Amino acid sequence: MKKQLIALLFLLVPTGVLAAGGEGVHLQHMSPDLADKPSLQRGMKLYVNYCMGCHSLEYQRFSRAAEDLGMPEDLVVDNLIFSPELGFNDQMHRAMSAADAETWFGQPPPDLTLEARLRGTDWIYSYLLGFYRDPERPTGVDNMVFPSVGMPNVLEPLQGVQERVCAAEEGDAEAHSGEEGSSCNLELVSPGQMTEEEFEEAVYDLTNFLAYVGEPSKLQAQALAPKVLIFLFIFGVIAYLLKREYWRDIH
Amino acid sequence: MANPHKAKAERGLMRWVDDRFPATQLWRDHLSEYYAPRNFNFWYFFGSLALLVLVNQILTGVWLTMSFNPSAEGAFASVEYIMRDVEYGWLIRYMHSTGASAFFVVVYLHMFRGLLYGSYKAPRELVWIFGMAIYLALMAEAFMGYLLPWGQMSYWGAQVIISLFSAIPGIGPGLAEWIRGDYLISGITLNRFFALHVVALPIVILALVVLHIIALHEVGSNNPDGIEIKDRKDEAGKPLDGIPFHPYYTVKDIVGVAVFLFVFCVVIFYFPEGGGYFLETPNFEPANQLKTPDHIAPVWYFTPFYAILRAITFSVFGLDAKFLGVLFMGAAIGLLFVLPWLDRSPVRSMRYKGWISKVMLALFAVSFVTLGVLGVLPPTGTRTAIAQVCAVVYFAYFLLMPVYTRLEKTKPVPERVTG
Repeated sequence: MKKQLIALLFLLVPTGVLAAGGEGVHLQHMSPDLADKPSLQRGMKLYVNYCMGCHSLEYQRFSRAAEDLGMPEDLVVDNLIFSPELGFNDQMHRAMSAADAETWFGQPPPDLTLEARLRGTDWIYSYLLGFYRDPERPTGVDNMVFPSVGMPNVLEPLQGVQERVCAAEEGDAEAHSGEEGSSCNLELVSPGQMTEEEFEEAVYDLTNFLAYVGEPSKLQAQALAPKVLIFLFIFGVIAYLLKREYWRDIH
Repeated sequence: MANPHKAKAERGLMRWVDDRFPATQLWRDHLSEYYAPRNFNFWYFFGSLALLVLVNQILTGVWLTMSFNPSAEGAFASVEYIMRDVEYGWLIRYMHSTGASAFFVVVYLHMFRGLLYGSYKAPRELVWIFGMAIYLALMAEAFMGYLLPWGQMSYWGAQVIISLFSAIPGIGPGLAEWIRGDYLISGITLNRFFALHVVALPIVILALVVLHIIALHEVGSNNPDGIEIKDRKDEAGKPLDGIPFHPYYTVKDIVGVAVFLFVFCVVIFYFPEGGGYFLETPNFEPANQLKTPDHIAPVWYFTPFYAILRAITFSVFGLDAKFLGVLFMGAAIGLLFVLPWLDRSPVRSMRYKGWISKVMLALFAVSFVTLGVLGVLPPTGTRTAIAQVCAVVYFAYFLLMPVYTRLEKTKPVPERVTG
């Protein structure tokens, strides 16, 4: 019986985790903290100011974010809703029209509501920190995590300009072409409005906000879970005692 | 003609009902005087748990249907609408999506119990066959349900599986087109899968569950010793080793329910994606006909059979590898149906079978799990070779069973149930 239980436990242990894209690229780890409301609020401010021109959050309402992140309605309406077409209860649609997006970028910038669930927060965090100067690209920048990226480094005024410095020799780099970037580092060559630490915090906040947007129900789930589990535990104990009482007359 | 010996309440409302409907008789036949062996162990929780998950799927499914939009344009957005704008929609959706995986977990354990204690052997062949039919309907139900959120993996997973039908010589391409209702998976496919998923298959599954239980209650439950408790009865005609299902097993199963729900809720609240196995990551992107995901893997509960399909890399007798793969995959499921006639052992339970049966069952379980793991991973030379070995073991378990169950020396079976 015990052996069977142990065998069962092993069956339930996942034998591997599906890779969430970005194979061979070293990602920097970040753990979202949905309890950190100020971080989420700063993240939303950054998103609205720097990202929402091009990237919608089609399924996220301003009102829901205001409620979940603890922001009063007037503050949100006055400071975070720029488009006259959008109201407090609307979803966070981008400013740019779809037709313009297609003309300017070849394909429209993707909706980012579920980006954190699709690519993972490590990917977003590393991607936002991973831009470097590359004069050969049409936008003047490339990205460590997303080579030949179509998006310009919109956070450059805050971050400054980075350049890629590779330690390995050229022949060596070619030999490892599959894992390009693993032997390369980024160095800040011209500072922006923020220090490196401040910028990393800003990117953390922005990523944290996208983690929230990916699954706002997580806040509700985390609030409800302990109550349900405690109830089930007590219920289980009582059920067990009841069973033991009934089964006293068997054997 | 009313049976004069039918159990009826003495008086009151219940008597009024009993004169018109056999309520008291049904209660006695199936619960309070249905005698189950007293030695059920851990493995016997999964039947009632499967029923619990079925109820969960139906209830949450009904509520999801209220807000889901079964169209190619609106399906993906309506799932996010449920996740965000519907009160407790996230909970209902996660109960349904996690419930699908939980269903297969409990059903696989329930089936393994059958293999372990010979619950498929005479006179329980029909119990087993109805059960296998439920399993088959459940696979169809899960497959069609997985298309509905209209994510990338929904779309491409369905694309891969439906294209398997096109491997059948002659009628294949026409058959695949008939299933899709289009030249490729489209809103038309989504609509018909929705109809089948929420109306047709649940009716089939419920009917089969009723048949499964009626057949079981006709022949009585097996037990870990694999002996017939009906063979030894007391003066009143009650089996000596039997106890009424209610209250003994109802109170025991409630403990199982509590433990199961605890684990189930931990997953729902903290790991609803199940590590990328219950909700696959590419499904957070809407279906796109022009963009194939890097790696298409079916949901975990199909992967053992998918691995068998991919393990067939050769062609024989002019049949191409893809069609052979489909044949072997079908045979892997089909063999389970005829299991009652493959086992020629004089005993039911693994406790009294010989060592060959024990080794074969262990090898079978290991190869089934290994195939499941391999089916999730992208194929490589080594993995395909391992899958081929496991597929051989899988088929050997069934095809050699008539031989090894007859040859091996079995242990004497006790007259009364043990522990």
